Amino acid sequence: MHISIEKRGYVSKKYYTSVYLISIFVAVILSSFIFLLRGINPFYAFSKIFQGSFGSPFGLKETIAKAIPLLLITEGLIVAFKGKFWNIGANGQLLVGATFATWIALNFGPYHSSISTITIMFLVGFLGGALFGLIPALLKVKLGINEIISTLMLNYIAEDFVEYLVYGPWKGKTQYGFPYTDNFPQSATLAQIPGTRISYITLIIALLSAVLIYLFIEKTKYGYEIKVTGENPHAARYSGIDFVKITIIMMLISGGLAGIAGVGEVAGIHRHLTYPAQISSGYGYTAIIVAWLAQLNPILAIVSAVFFGGILVGGDVIQTSLGFPFSTINAFNGLILIFVMVGNFFTEYKIKIRR
Amino acid sequence: MDLIISILQRTMVAGTPLLLGTIGEIITERSGILNLGIEGMMALGAIIGFSVTYITKNPTLGLIAAILSGGILSLLHAFVSITIRGIQTLSGLAIAMIGIGLAGMLGKSYIGAPLSVRFSEVAIPGLSKIPFIGPILFNRDPLFYIGIILAVVSWFILFKTRWGIIIRSVGENPKASDALGINVSLVRYLSTFIGGCFAGFAGAYLTLAYMPSWIEGMTGGRGWIVIALTIFAQWDPLRAILGAYLFGGVDVLQYILQPLGIPVPILKMTPYFVTIIVLIITAREVMRKHLGAPKSLGEPFIKGEK
Repeated sequence: MHISIEKRGYVSKKYYTSVYLISIFVAVILSSFIFLLRGINPFYAFSKIFQGSFGSPFGLKETIAKAIPLLLITEGLIVAFKGKFWNIGANGQLLVGATFATWIALNFGPYHSSISTITIMFLVGFLGGALFGLIPALLKVKLGINEIISTLMLNYIAEDFVEYLVYGPWKGKTQYGFPYTDNFPQSATLAQIPGTRISYITLIIALLSAVLIYLFIEKTKYGYEIKVTGENPHAARYSGIDFVKITIIMMLISGGLAGIAGVGEVAGIHRHLTYPAQISSGYGYTAIIVAWLAQLNPILAIVSAVFFGGILVGGDVIQTSLGFPFSTINAFNGLILIFVMVGNFFTEYKIKIRR
Repeated sequence: MDLIISILQRTMVAGTPLLLGTIGEIITERSGILNLGIEGMMALGAIIGFSVTYITKNPTLGLIAAILSGGILSLLHAFVSITIRGIQTLSGLAIAMIGIGLAGMLGKSYIGAPLSVRFSEVAIPGLSKIPFIGPILFNRDPLFYIGIILAVVSWFILFKTRWGIIIRSVGENPKASDALGINVSLVRYLSTFIGGCFAGFAGAYLTLAYMPSWIEGMTGGRGWIVIALTIFAQWDPLRAILGAYLFGGVDVLQYILQPLGIPVPILKMTPYFVTIIVLIITAREVMRKHLGAPKSLGEPFIKGEK
């Protein structure tokens, strides 16, 4: 018997979709072992998670609230990943965006109208994330520094910096010693859909970003150049594409969108800057999987972000009602990522068995 | 003088897990496989080492279990990158997440539990009496000595034996190696497994020698620093010794500077800053001397394809 692996030619949409659905399904089944390890009935655990994330109005609202930052970050990551720039630093970019916006909220907000404060917060949030994204881009194009390491290191640096601020110079005078900045003035907070933690503006910006990134990638010259750079960097250079410029553009967008997500979190949900793990429960890392599950398609990313919003809420559920630490969710995420790749394999190759 | 000795002693302890992880990653990357999952395999090794030692009261058993746990997790990476030709960067990140997640979950009931047994210092007769050097280098835990020996042995195997030539040629030019009858996939599987074992070992060092307790996130980015150290070491285990203990020193520096009134979060940033700076310095050296990574690093090998 001889087993060989061969490239598949054309793949129908139906086959493609079913392969991915099966992959996710298998990942979910396998993740039941995590529950079994602690002696918890997986069916019970999954029903709890489903109830908490998609199966109840409250859960659904929380799921959407978490899907918003995920979607914003994912749209940025899609741009970077299309250009084969491994931006693992969205978490740091989010935190810097949140920090910039916090400064505006506390120093500009009290004396200005809501419209101008909020507008400026989103602008500086984008700027903060973009500038923080620019660092690994420059390190890569000027010095050839691997961006995976630099973005990861910058995540830790951003986390420590926010920690420094909220424990140190920015610690609020009205927060009873908690590591929070003072609460934002009214003019610097975002209105929420009543009864939820979803802010209208961030939701609209997130959905808009999906459409804009789609148009950017598919319809503009830069979008095209990013794709070519990602698919074949050598060809890109020979055809006169400016690698330095393209890398900088994609990281400004990628970091900027993460920064906007950060603004949404501080202005829409927390209303002050606080401990970094509170501002972002690993959104920057989860979004990597959101992006690949959506096959780097900016529109499909909406669905994928909602799905992972649910998983993050599920993380809260297993923490509060089953006594798991929140970090368990990482194991689920990793498993899903592995199975997305297994799915990729089955759409690209077929296994032939000959006797 | 005593202070300097104590600083250098702590440097040796802090550098050892980095050295172990880096040796493993060097072996893996030399075969052409990039495994970014060190942080996860280390975390898993740390908790498996801790819990097995906690239950059996035997740190050697804990160490063996930790080594195996890292190795087994790395096989998942090997499967995805070698057999199903997945993107190695993504697979490595997935491994990191799985390891961190599992460790967090398995470790929950051990948070705050003290470990009654661990690897304690063994003075080497004679050598430990040498002034200054003795207490720093020859009065350490046995794993420290093993780490140094493994670095030298790995260097010898990689550069002075047939096995080493095979591993390196698979990482440089898998097609030519295949033509010579070398089983590229097998070599890569084994190299990845060995790398995972080293990461598990490094994790166990944290809980069984460095600080005998478990807290979530205790790997603290060491797994990522290992990836950077591999580049700094230019895929040479002997250079890894230098890099790892340099970073051990940076780690200790945080505690020395603390009494000076520098805020703790700012001090915590130092290893990450230093990592970036070291990479910048390495990049300049690489440009000057035309060094570089194994040529096929991160690329899947597909037999019979052009």
